[in-house]
Amino acid sequence: MTGSVNGMIELDGLTRRYGRTTAVDDLTLTVRPGRVTGFLGPNGAGKSTTLRMVLGLTTPTSGTATVDGVRFRERARGLRHAGALLDAADVHGGRSARAHLASLARSNGIGAARVDEVLGQVGLDDAAGRRVGGFSLGMRQRLGIAAALLGDPPVLMFDEPFNGLDPEGVRWVRGLFRRLATEGRTVFVSSHLMGEVEHCADYLVVIGRGRLIAEESLDEFAARVGRAEVVVRSPEPAILTTALADAGASVRPDPAGALTVTGVSAERIGELALGLRIPLHELSPRTASLEEAFMALTAADVEYAARESR
Amino acid sequence: MTAMIRPTTSTHSARFRDLLAAEWIKLWSLRSTWAAFALILLAMVGLAVHAALATHAGWPDWPAEQRAARSPLWDAFPTEAQMFVVLAASGVGAVAIGGEYASGLMRTTFAAVPRRSAVAAAKLTVLTGVLTLLGALGAAAAFAVSQAILADVGANMSVGDPGALRGITASALLVPLCALVGMALAALIRHTAPAIVTAATVLLLVPTAVDEDERWSALLRHAMPLPAWQRLMEPTGPPAWLDNPYPATVTGAWTTYAAWAAVATLITVTALSRRHP
Repeated sequence: MTGSVNGMIELDGLTRRYGRTTAVDDLTLTVRPGRVTGFLGPNGAGKSTTLRMVLGLTTPTSGTATVDGVRFRERARGLRHAGALLDAADVHGGRSARAHLASLARSNGIGAARVDEVLGQVGLDDAAGRRVGGFSLGMRQRLGIAAALLGDPPVLMFDEPFNGLDPEGVRWVRGLFRRLATEGRTVFVSSHLMGEVEHCADYLVVIGRGRLIAEESLDEFAARVGRAEVVVRSPEPAILTTALADAGASVRPDPAGALTVTGVSAERIGELALGLRIPLHELSPRTASLEEAFMALTAADVEYAARESR
Repeated sequence: MTAMIRPTTSTHSARFRDLLAAEWIKLWSLRSTWAAFALILLAMVGLAVHAALATHAGWPDWPAEQRAARSPLWDAFPTEAQMFVVLAASGVGAVAIGGEYASGLMRTTFAAVPRRSAVAAAKLTVLTGVLTLLGALGAAAAFAVSQAILADVGANMSVGDPGALRGITASALLVPLCALVGMALAALIRHTAPAIVTAATVLLLVPTAVDEDERWSALLRHAMPLPAWQRLMEPTGPPAWLDNPYPATVTGAWTTYAAWAAVATLITVTALSRRHP
């Protein structure tokens, strides 16, 4: 193993099989500090299994997962090395939020003052004495995030952290992730929705059926998969369509009379129309959303797809 | 450029003492713990008072042989009380581990403390420690109160009498022993309710189905916690009228206690360390 940079998560040939099902298939990648890495894939792609293996909760069938170059199971205590929110339900409903965090903190030799600090950070100060069983999912997510922050760790992992959060909560969590990354930490955030991470992630890891599909920066991903379209509206759609087809574009008319054009730029369409002396009522370039691109990318690997009803 | 965040790896951050404190917090922050502890104490003391009062009322009319055959220990530690103790104590043990698995908290715990055997050791230490103290408190109180009532008719014994201290100790230790069995079963089954039912079956029901007629079945019976406890409640050996061809011994009874505790501990540590939370 090469010298490991502080705060890196490294997966090397990581594989986990359950019987004949391969949940994670030969995953090799590095999650680096100082940025938010989105971990994307459809449900059942193996994201949670991967995160559990990183934390030593699930033993890999083969390959290794390390944090700071060390397998997590070899640590005596974990919270100062990596903080994680795996499942907001992983608490005992009979305890108060403060008691839950206090026992976690104490197990890692972290002072009681830190418990109140993180409770304040996630906005749960007022609910600290209440039993977790009465918490909403959003409150449990916040409690899970508080637990992840307890040890002030260089590596943070969040599995579907946006579930159950209201819009304000989503915005707050995105801001928190950005700040943690700016502080130089490794922030690894899983989601099955591109829309949840595209506003806070710098880098993307996409998996499907346990295999790596893409690993690149958000910008590279957008440039690579973003399919440029131009929506054109004109009183002379037939003439324009012929001219565009001659110019090598493909044209798709819609019932409202607009043309969706791919293959030529908006500038070229404008010049063509001017040459033909055809007025244009609309000429708007559009980039396919990252969500659409992500769906297209993982379509083949979706484990549970809804069939169209007949 | 980003600042490097380094983990603070001070040597004192991995103290076992901290794990004990963490388990202590977990134990006391659940209401069910308080309820079970109250039930154990109430059952031990309350049912001892009940039994002693019954003896107190009947004593003047009892023939001499009946008086001679009766040990004052039986009023201090009536079997009904131990039924409650077995259920409540094994329940506390089952909840301590089964509740943590069933809720998913075990994943959070093991992510925070990857050294699972240390977590298991801390849980075992805290729970057996607390329940030993509770058992000692309950047994001492049950003995003191029942003997004070019996003293009124001269039917009591003192701590110094043969078998008295042994009876108190055996009743006290039955509490942590049952908790250990509850923990071990919960570590294997990983769900609270089935673990409690299994513990009650193993500890309470199975002994009633095994008699002492054959050598092998007598051995099997002597190797179970509740019959072992019963043997330790007999200051002068098994009552003569039983005429048992394969009588249990005091040493055998203590060996049964020790063996169950050791095996339960081993199962708990192994299951927690090996299986995926």
